[in-house]
Amino acid sequence: MRRILREWAHLIRPALVLVAGLALFLVLRAAVVPKDFGKYGHYRPGALDMIRQKPIAFAGQGACIMCHDDEAKTRASGKHAGVHCEACHGALADHASDPSAHLPQLPDVANLCRRCHEKDAAKPANFPQVVTAEHSGGALCNTCHQPHNPHL
Amino acid sequence: MDISRRDLFHIGGKLLVLASVGATLDQITGAAPPSEAYRMADHWWGMLIDIDKCIGCGNCVRACSKENNVPEGYFRTWVERYQIQEGAQPQVDSPNGAMEGFPLPTRADVKSFFVPKLCNHCADSPCTQVCPVGATFISPDGVVLIDQTYCLGCRYCVQACPYGCRYLHPKTDTVDKCTLCYHRITQGLTTACCENCPTGARQLVDFKDPKDPVHEFLRHNKVQVLKPYMATQAKIYYKDLDGAVR
Amino acid sequence: MIPGVDGFMYPNEVELQWSVLIVLYPYITGLVAGAFILASLERVFKVEAVRPTYRLALLTALSFLLVAPLPLQLHLGHPERSLEMYLTPHRSSAMAMFGFVYLWYLMAVLLAEVWLEFREEIVHRAQTTKGWLRLVYHALTLGSYNVSPEARRIDDKIGYIITVIGIPSAFLLHGYVGFIFGSIKANPWWSTPLMPVVFLFSAMVSGIAAVMVLYVVSSKLRRIAIDMRCLDTIARYLFYTFIIDFTLEMLDLIHRTYEADESFRSLDFMVHTRLWGSHVILQIFFGTLAPLALLAATQLRSFSEARRRAMYMTAGGLTLIGIFAMRWNIVIGGQLFSKSFLGYTTYKVALTAREGLLPAIALMLLPFAIFLVLIKLLPPWTEGKATEA
Repeated sequence: MRRILREWAHLIRPALVLVAGLALFLVLRAAVVPKDFGKYGHYRPGALDMIRQKPIAFAGQGACIMCHDDEAKTRASGKHAGVHCEACHGALADHASDPSAHLPQLPDVANLCRRCHEKDAAKPANFPQVVTAEHSGGALCNTCHQPHNPHL
Repeated sequence: MDISRRDLFHIGGKLLVLASVGATLDQITGAAPPSEAYRMADHWWGMLIDIDKCIGCGNCVRACSKENNVPEGYFRTWVERYQIQEGAQPQVDSPNGAMEGFPLPTRADVKSFFVPKLCNHCADSPCTQVCPVGATFISPDGVVLIDQTYCLGCRYCVQACPYGCRYLHPKTDTVDKCTLCYHRITQGLTTACCENCPTGARQLVDFKDPKDPVHEFLRHNKVQVLKPYMATQAKIYYKDLDGAVR
Repeated sequence: MIPGVDGFMYPNEVELQWSVLIVLYPYITGLVAGAFILASLERVFKVEAVRPTYRLALLTALSFLLVAPLPLQLHLGHPERSLEMYLTPHRSSAMAMFGFVYLWYLMAVLLAEVWLEFREEIVHRAQTTKGWLRLVYHALTLGSYNVSPEARRIDDKIGYIITVIGIPSAFLLHGYVGFIFGSIKANPWWSTPLMPVVFLFSAMVSGIAAVMVLYVVSSKLRRIAIDMRCLDTIARYLFYTFIIDFTLEMLDLIHRTYEADESFRSLDFMVHTRLWGSHVILQIFFGTLAPLALLAATQLRSFSEARRRAMYMTAGGLTLIGIFAMRWNIVIGGQLFSKSFLGYTTYKVALTAREGLLPAIALMLLPFAIFLVLIKLLPPWTEGKATEA
């Protein structure tokens, strides 16, 4: 019996190497993987909080209306009712949180209006669009159209 | 010192106003920790896109890029233009993802329309299925997200996405994609693209909200998803999507 | 107009995600699986004729298996996080599960088998060499110096069992790589249940060809006579395996062409244009038909020994190039066309970038460097055992 064990004994060694490796792996795993991994699914729940804390660039028109409600009223009664403030005025969350420190820039009228209203066959037929080169004889759009309530 | 009830009222009132304004401003700039009032289990997010309203202005692409610091040359959302001659393969273009809209005019003699695209936040997404480590996942409220501190950058998910919405971020060397502006929608705001769409072609929807107009909409309109045969349970619904759209 | 793009591609598709390094990886694991299957031919299936290449095949497999994870590490955006695949493996991901298949194959199959096979030499050298090399051998003995006939008989028995387990393990090792591609429903060039099988058989073909070529080259360098019976047998197995591999690939092609689904037109165009050189010329003609013809000729007619050796070596070399081309066509080809089926892009291989051509070449040469070290450490030549390294 002892003789048989002796002949097999050398196989214990690679087995021990494997077991040691496995133990090391389990220790590493316990140390490195966050305890709540897998709480909602196969991922770190901390990632959800991390993503939710990203900074915001667009305030959303609700924030604009808090101070600029007269422009909002003008807009709401016209054709641009569905166009939110920042769609033309750009991202203004920093202005909303500190109005005097971050002053918004006036939109570039020459290009801004054209991006939506230049006539194009792919645009829906009932959408107001013109061939701007022929429309105003070179005058800027806001010469005739009030942007917040553009219908003449 | 004697404090009258009136004084208390004044001081208390000012404090209340200050606190609520502060809280609102904190919400806007996102400086405060996430609102405790948001419960993930109450929401199941998606989006509704009305093809007949899209004018290809590219506002959504620009807004997303600004809101999420999307690296140049990569796109979390983009708009495609289809020009379809009868009996021929559609001609599709998306100049720089439509970041500047579509500078070249569309042919007037063919069927043409715009298709905004983004991550479909699939309920049965092949991308989360193949991630080897659990860096990309679907949140309990239905948004497919990426854990940027865990992603290896192996790009298996990029290969597995049928819609081409993922890319490798050149700065972080991890995979990136549309997050449905998770940082906004969990604070009561809408996504940057929906906020800036001038025609209302894009609408954020919450399937778990009984008051959301999407329920009525789905009952009375014909809607499609992209590549339905992939069976990814995509949650971006398109109204009036032409059969030629890839 | 985006340079290199024809037609329309989704904006994020223009840049290829998986580079030449990801072509290397299935090639290398394929050589491992194939070399091991050849070794098992002798051990388990008692094809005694290939005995002279048994140890050579094992060391070839080991050299390539050690290098296999390196192209993957170079490719990852964050290689320092790669341990996550073992710490939090996502069970639905073939890639994650593959990490364990690789580990199993390395530890429980290949290293165990190499150790058991070479134990006698290891113990002998631990007792006779001088200097720091002695420490290396001592470490390799794992502390046991028992090489009695009974112990060696046990080693042989356990080695047999490990080889038996090793055959399905080798199938799993490379079949899984095929599944990693074949299970991607988003990509019609990859998505097919045949993919793991095609990968496996092409792996066997490349592995057998590699061992065959290495055997001839090493015998020539050592100025030892080549055992023609061994070589003829290896070539015969190469031929049979190649026939199966070719049949499978033709089946896939015919099936695609017949069904002509949505993707067919786009893929067909791609093969006729961007992949013409690498697919039709290199993979099919030079890499498959030519070696098959050469091997078939040796089976149907008798040639002189010298001529047969030349034919085998040519067939082997062409095979190795052809199987590399096959990996290239699958990995790179699968990313050249748009998932909209409306356009194509171009793969620009950088030269010195992390995933460039030079690192790829270096990684292909590294297994040979390791192989040279291994054959010095553990000589695979059974004739002239008394010769010291």
